[in-house]
Amino acid sequence: MKLKQDDKILLLGLIFFISVLFGVSCGSIKIPLSQLFDDANKQILFLRVLRVLLAAVVGAGLGVSGVILQSILKNPLADPYLLGTSSGAGLGAVLAVIAGMASSLVPFVAFLGALGSMILVYSIAKEQNKIPVQSLVLSGVIVAVAFSGIIVFLVSVSPNEALHGMMWWLLGSLQNYDVKLLIIIFFIVALGIMGTFIFSHDLNAISLGEEHALHLGIDVELTKKFLLLITSFMTGAIVSVSGMIGFVGLIVPHIMRLYTGPNHKMLIPSTCLGAAAFLVFCDTLARSLFPPVEIPIGVITSLVGAPVFIILLKQKRRVN
Amino acid sequence: MSVIMKAEHLSGGYEKETVLKEVDLEIEEGEFFGIIGPNGSGKSTLLRFMSRALFPESGKILFQGKNILGFKRRELSRKIAFVPQETAINFSFTVFEIVLMGRIPHLGRLQTETRDDFQIAEKALFMTDTSHLKDKKIDELSSGERQRVLIAKALAQEPELLFLDEPTSHLDIGHQVQILNLLKDLNKKQRITVVIVLHDLNLASEYCDKMILLHQGRIYSCGEPEKLITYQNLEAVYKTLVLVNKNPVSSKPFVMLVSAKKNEN
Repeated sequence: MKLKQDDKILLLGLIFFISVLFGVSCGSIKIPLSQLFDDANKQILFLRVLRVLLAAVVGAGLGVSGVILQSILKNPLADPYLLGTSSGAGLGAVLAVIAGMASSLVPFVAFLGALGSMILVYSIAKEQNKIPVQSLVLSGVIVAVAFSGIIVFLVSVSPNEALHGMMWWLLGSLQNYDVKLLIIIFFIVALGIMGTFIFSHDLNAISLGEEHALHLGIDVELTKKFLLLITSFMTGAIVSVSGMIGFVGLIVPHIMRLYTGPNHKMLIPSTCLGAAAFLVFCDTLARSLFPPVEIPIGVITSLVGAPVFIILLKQKRRVN
Repeated sequence: MSVIMKAEHLSGGYEKETVLKEVDLEIEEGEFFGIIGPNGSGKSTLLRFMSRALFPESGKILFQGKNILGFKRRELSRKIAFVPQETAINFSFTVFEIVLMGRIPHLGRLQTETRDDFQIAEKALFMTDTSHLKDKKIDELSSGERQRVLIAKALAQEPELLFLDEPTSHLDIGHQVQILNLLKDLNKKQRITVVIVLHDLNLASEYCDKMILLHQGRIYSCGEPEKLITYQNLEAVYKTLVLVNKNPVSSKPFVMLVSAKKNEN
């Protein structure tokens, strides 16, 4: 494949466009494309568009969060789900709902949860000012499991009727039609992605090695803190509307590195488009495979993601 | 010739221990300056101080007559480049992408590289004889090639001063000589001041104009290789028997080891 870099992005844009068409035209109720834009189906079309947009925003945000974590930790296996950030955000969101806070405030409490869990994971993994990657991933998994346990506990004992049966916090779902909330999420994720893109040079240098970055004139510690804050913010926002969706932040950046290379000038836009398209596809499958039952989207992403990831892992080993 | 870098009563190190004690030194413009000494004597630490990766506890470092702490990081990175000790690179950037990163200190935050930047990167590839590797991925290269690419990245910064921390430690003698010839060439032709930490005493003796010998965080001796590489100095610092002879070709001092067996006789 010898496509030029710009054409590669164009191709991804096309794939994203197809995913949107697919997402809008499929669903639990079968409507022929010709009738989809009739007045009678307006409501259904509106809901589908909303849902496709949410999937795209959630996908792009999770993908870029994965890119940030992987570059900063110099480990292609990092992602917000694996490092416990998502569970922290989920716990924050569940607490906010139990406390009866306004839905527009939930993303911010989720952000605090994400930030808290990130600090917790870091301090557990820290050994004499260094953070070995293995212990980071391990403590991330431990925190993720512990927080998920607390979420299940809270949801099952909560007197709040609305929370009952909300296991989607753990498995992920895009069944959220709160337009006001969606607008907030959209802006947080858009700002986060733009903020990350501004740091493309810095991320390139940091992923080469912190010593290299320092000698290229970059304030490594400050940049890292800023970018981890962005990740927490995006993850918090996303989890508060969609619950925990795994594998997107792990697998899409990984594929995009093979496709457009590790240069963040390309990697960030390509991950945005790729992850958005991936999640729109997965969500469309989730709601149209077994109508009227909806499969939690986290189940789909895991079922698609895990095998792809295993293949990638094996391939890489063969090359080395 | 003017002094490009100077350390005055420099002391400092890491959180728990002071590695360097009262170091005074002067590096002149255009010099090929070597830093030698046993493991843990503070060679890399000294390099970190001089490139402002660490801040001194006491004393100061002057770069072009000005306290190094008075420079902005980016400003400094346009004048000083650093080739760190070999570390793994986990992402498969292409060689050209890596060399182009040397232009980061010259670019604005959202600025993309201009034609000039590309030309400078191409020139850096040419000077290090890595042009043919341009589109290869960094993890496909041999250690010698990778080291040359990292030097090319440093050159793309267009530095006046180039620091290298043991750039030849993982290389065979052929590649060691290749790297040092390259550095000597850059030093002579591009007028780049080179400051290099070396483990191999014979390489240091052969290539450096001037050098310092560190011992437990202090400068034990300082000067031309002829003055510094003597069996008295080396035996005192390295705690091992050596013979110092002359390299028959360059007539620089040449160090020979004395193995334990001979020792007993």
